[in-house]
Amino acid sequence: MNFSVVTSQFWALCLQGLALGLIYSLISLGYTMVYGVLRLINFANSEVFMVGTFSILFIQVSVLGHAVNVEPIHGIQLIGALLLSLVGAMLVCALLAMLVELVAYRRLRAHGSNRLASLISAIGTSIFLSESFRIFTHSRPQTSPRLLEKWTFGEIAGANFRIDTVMAIIASIIIFFALDQFVNRSRLGAAIRAVSMSEENSRLMGINLNRVVTLTFAIGGLTTGAAAFFYTTIYENTQFNVGFNLGIAAFTAAVLGGIGNLRGAFYGGLALGLLEQFASAILGSQWKAVTVFLVLVLVLLIKPSGIFGEAVQQTRT
Amino acid sequence: MINIRDKGAEIWEGWNRPKRVALVLITIVLAGLLPFAASWGPTSFLNTPITSFQNVLVYPVGMFILMALGLNIVVGKSGLLDLGYVAFFAIGAYSQAILSTKFGWSTWEVLPVGIAIAMFSGMLLGLPALRLRGDYLAIITLGFGEIVRIIALNSKGTGGPNGVAGIPNPPAVFGFKFDLMHPEHYFWLVLGMILLVVWMIRRFTVRRPGRAWEAIRQDEDVAALMGVNTLVYKLWSFVIGAAVGGAAGVLYASKVMVISPDMFKFDVSVLILACVVFGGIGNIWGVILGAGILAYLPDRIRFISDARQVIFGLVLIIMMNLRPDGLLPRKKREKITEKSKK
Repeated sequence: MNFSVVTSQFWALCLQGLALGLIYSLISLGYTMVYGVLRLINFANSEVFMVGTFSILFIQVSVLGHAVNVEPIHGIQLIGALLLSLVGAMLVCALLAMLVELVAYRRLRAHGSNRLASLISAIGTSIFLSESFRIFTHSRPQTSPRLLEKWTFGEIAGANFRIDTVMAIIASIIIFFALDQFVNRSRLGAAIRAVSMSEENSRLMGINLNRVVTLTFAIGGLTTGAAAFFYTTIYENTQFNVGFNLGIAAFTAAVLGGIGNLRGAFYGGLALGLLEQFASAILGSQWKAVTVFLVLVLVLLIKPSGIFGEAVQQTRT
Repeated sequence: MINIRDKGAEIWEGWNRPKRVALVLITIVLAGLLPFAASWGPTSFLNTPITSFQNVLVYPVGMFILMALGLNIVVGKSGLLDLGYVAFFAIGAYSQAILSTKFGWSTWEVLPVGIAIAMFSGMLLGLPALRLRGDYLAIITLGFGEIVRIIALNSKGTGGPNGVAGIPNPPAVFGFKFDLMHPEHYFWLVLGMILLVVWMIRRFTVRRPGRAWEAIRQDEDVAALMGVNTLVYKLWSFVIGAAVGGAAGVLYASKVMVISPDMFKFDVSVLILACVVFGGIGNIWGVILGAGILAYLPDRIRFISDARQVIFGLVLIIMMNLRPDGLLPRKKREKITEKSKK
């Protein structure tokens, strides 16, 4: 127990917690969107994230040809490389999430199998992905090249405003805002909300259910890919099992905010990121996962519908 | 598709008592002779290249069958997805490790205590978790499995990442020695426990708890409306499953003599789940067959051994998509009620 750290590094912990929390929020969208529509937990989302981090490595090392110990690059070249990694990871993750839906969920849904079957096939997909990467990378952690020089804007009250942290925070908020607008304003967003209210009625209204489901998986994949990009730029390494702990944390964030609820995922992620930073500063980082788990149990016990209530739209049958 | 399980049940129900007893005895004797199968000509193809066949029969094969049967009570009988089953295995193993090295207890003294500890932790987890819907339960149990491992990894009493070494073998019973020279004795011990668990499940199935589990699995709300105390029966299936896992853990620790936290990762939970799903959720014989095959093959065919998790993942996907009832599906009359619900 080390409480003095809380007072001495309060703002630094807050800033780190904010960045981590936003990464959690982005991943938790992969759970929340799918849950809102299918009422199923997308277990493979954590591995979509893992594949996303590796796809960034692949783009930066193999496609752009940067060595792992490269000198930081600058200017237009840097922006181009970062944008390419971000968009590439988002696309890879979206495609993979759609593939996961096709392999693990679609057939089972068509046959009207029970929930247990879909859960098990999703877990199978997740194991398959993470273990394939384990064999592929020989269980070794992989370091990503540091393209972005980590300069700081300055220090305020002990909090170090580093470029990567600031970038992650601003960009995540923009992505969230865009997604919120998309779901609430656009025609496709209306379809998603309709399906989450009632699957049967929305089908009667002429909504192509499979297309909406694929779309929600793709959106979840896009945001998870963005999370993978921010994660690799901040932490600069990845491993085959990186999805496991982040996946549980992101799921907890989704439940904390109310699973199926977009804004809930945003605030849930923030709350969890802050909590985790403080918990690991006080108790030591090895107990981080335990805190997350305890939060999950407590939330489910006290208010299972989360802080902001379930479902993309409040209505639920 | 032909339902072998139903065909078997039909024949079995047509038989009289002496015939049944004879079949059971023959099966037990054949299973008991398994350790010698590798050295007998016609069945010597069963021999495993790296680890000796008799050791493979104890761990993984015997242990996995035992644990798969335990998990089958939770997943198969009452339809609760438990993704942290390895936690109870770990709790049993650590009870044996700590009680025997620090307090000098023998395995036979630890066994009931280890089972009790596993049951108690099952209840601690189950009481909050079982109130929730199925998919939340999956995540909570998954988290619980990790928590147990993290606690073992970071506590002083459990030896941290190095684990516990020098765990004694069980003392001899009736002249049967349990040491490195006699893996077949271990196998008989595990076989005895498997038979005990099979007997227990069969008794449960035909009595009130079995019917309650079946009702809960098919529709929990309806079961509750019909007056089944769902929480209590779910808790019981959870706790009994935990007991079997704990017993397997105690035996495992005293067999391998050294345990460390990385033996109790999420992989093991998935593996046992794969065994249950592959063989046939809810059907004892299917589970035994599935666990036997999935535990044995990686040791027989070397190239599988490294990629075994990938294959187990594939098994889960393919089985769920193409044959969700497993190799030997559960009884048809249970399936009909499942269909009529839809």
